[in-house]
Amino acid sequence: MEKELWKGNEAIAEAAIRGGCDCFFGYPITPQSEVPEYLSLHMPQHGKVFVQAESEVAAINMVYGAAGSGMRAMTSSSSPGVSLKQEGITYLAGAELPAVIVNCMRGGPGLGTIQPAQGDYFQATRGGGNGDYRTLVLAPSNIQEAVDFVQEAFDIADQYRNPVLVLADGLIGQMMEPIEWHEIPKRTLPAKDWAATGLHGRGHHNVINSLYMDPDECDDFNAHLAKKYQTIKENEVRYDTKDTEDAELLITAYGTPARIVLTALEQLRAAGIKAGLFRPITLWPFPEKALHDLAGESHIKAILDVEMSIDGQMIDDVRLSVEGQKPISYLGHAGGVIPTVEEMVEAGKKALKEAE
Amino acid sequence: MAVVYQKSKGLTDKELHYCPGCNHGIIHKLVAESLDELGLLDDAIGVCPVGCSVFAYNYFSCDMQEAAHGRAPAVATGIKRTHPTQPVFTYQGDGDLASIGAAEIVHAAMRGEKFTTIFINNAIYGMTGGQMAPTTLIGQKATTCPLGRTQEQAGMPIRVSEMLSTLDGCVYAERVCVTDIANLNKAKKAIKKAFQLQMEGKGFTFVEVLSTCPTNWGMTALKSIDWLKENMIPYYPLGVIKDTSAEVK
Repeated sequence: MEKELWKGNEAIAEAAIRGGCDCFFGYPITPQSEVPEYLSLHMPQHGKVFVQAESEVAAINMVYGAAGSGMRAMTSSSSPGVSLKQEGITYLAGAELPAVIVNCMRGGPGLGTIQPAQGDYFQATRGGGNGDYRTLVLAPSNIQEAVDFVQEAFDIADQYRNPVLVLADGLIGQMMEPIEWHEIPKRTLPAKDWAATGLHGRGHHNVINSLYMDPDECDDFNAHLAKKYQTIKENEVRYDTKDTEDAELLITAYGTPARIVLTALEQLRAAGIKAGLFRPITLWPFPEKALHDLAGESHIKAILDVEMSIDGQMIDDVRLSVEGQKPISYLGHAGGVIPTVEEMVEAGKKALKEAE
Repeated sequence: MAVVYQKSKGLTDKELHYCPGCNHGIIHKLVAESLDELGLLDDAIGVCPVGCSVFAYNYFSCDMQEAAHGRAPAVATGIKRTHPTQPVFTYQGDGDLASIGAAEIVHAAMRGEKFTTIFINNAIYGMTGGQMAPTTLIGQKATTCPLGRTQEQAGMPIRVSEMLSTLDGCVYAERVCVTDIANLNKAKKAIKKAFQLQMEGKGFTFVEVLSTCPTNWGMTALKSIDWLKENMIPYYPLGVIKDTSAEVK
């Protein structure tokens, strides 16, 4: 397969079309606006639906309507816009509707900055809206993964009747790099016999809803969701490792920082420090067991978590997984500042020294 | 024996939860009958609001979606754009549509979304217990304006049909009520016309139905009909507010 040079956001948009997206509902916000821009031209050319909504709130509710009537629906935004979508996301989760949501994270809180950041980890992995729910979160570290994950996200969403979030950042959205268009793994998908498509002779009406007035029914429904989330935990955990077999320093990172860590590993190794990377790909479900077991290896002396967040957010899941087996230190910037290779090398050396 | 009256096929057998004297039941019936008589029941997808009619999905026999508070027009947009040949409608109250969902209804009308909105205006928040709505009249008491609504505090009540009629995408807006047989027949005619125009692809269609809320207005069912006629109709005049359907191809 030939490689093609693509800008991240445009590649994400094209991946949506190739992933079988029937309809896209968006709203402009930097640094993801190229997604709706690309789809405004290309969706109609494929006979598919594009609507520029009046707000992120409206866009996610258009997704709800389309998904509820059986379509593959998607929206994308960046951090402040994804905050606005949380109402719709909890309703999607509550009505068990499949949908794909892309977040090209930028700095916060509030308006923050338009440069890349990772301050939405908690929001993405803890539900984000009201109630007990989870969205499956895929975190690409480069544009290739972004296009692969967006295509696959539609199938994952349909398989579990659950929203899937692709958590990228402004760097992945804005940069260009060569990619290949892959065939994504085929999944056996259930029929959407629950969708409100019009009766068309069906003997009963379908209702898309998340309301349970009877507390026992609501409790039972939450138990049903919890069971589904357990199945997702069993089936969908993904992570990647690099040079961990003999590592004394284990760096944990996802997305853009994980990519920079790869260079830091080379420099650390050149300086005589055996360093390795553990990169969660699914942020929820988090690869707890894999990280726990790796941290328990005797050759691991120290762990350094690196994020584009000021005090770290994923580090909570790292701590919960490591369970105190090894000391964990942290390096991070928020506000759109990207941690450098030099900072990672320095922090890695310090972490190891402190562990000794 | 000849059947002279029967429950519409557009309604399920579920018992309505509405208070005595509330008009929702009548309006449900008119919508259901209209869909049935136009042959649209098998194809229709409805969207219900948050408010007293939150359970409307239990009563309409067509496929239904329950929207978040105020978002029904966005949900209906998602449905109609992906099912352009099928009848789609929202059924919304005044808190839902005129307050929290004001942006969604205005922009759906602006885009000329080809669905029908049935807007129930009873000048109060019913389900949450009688708070002030954007449509609550000046002087009218509510639990969040216990001394009566004042213009100084809350502005003047919003006339949604007139506001939406300023938008080119809205091709038909009519205000009706169901307080007596003559008005009930007019209301049914308006609802049917809205669905017909939708199916002809004319644009956004809107029927505002003035409705009673004896429970939260604090009066009997009969008294509430008088109150609607004496207080609501002078401020919210009945009739066709806009009809440009003949000009639209």
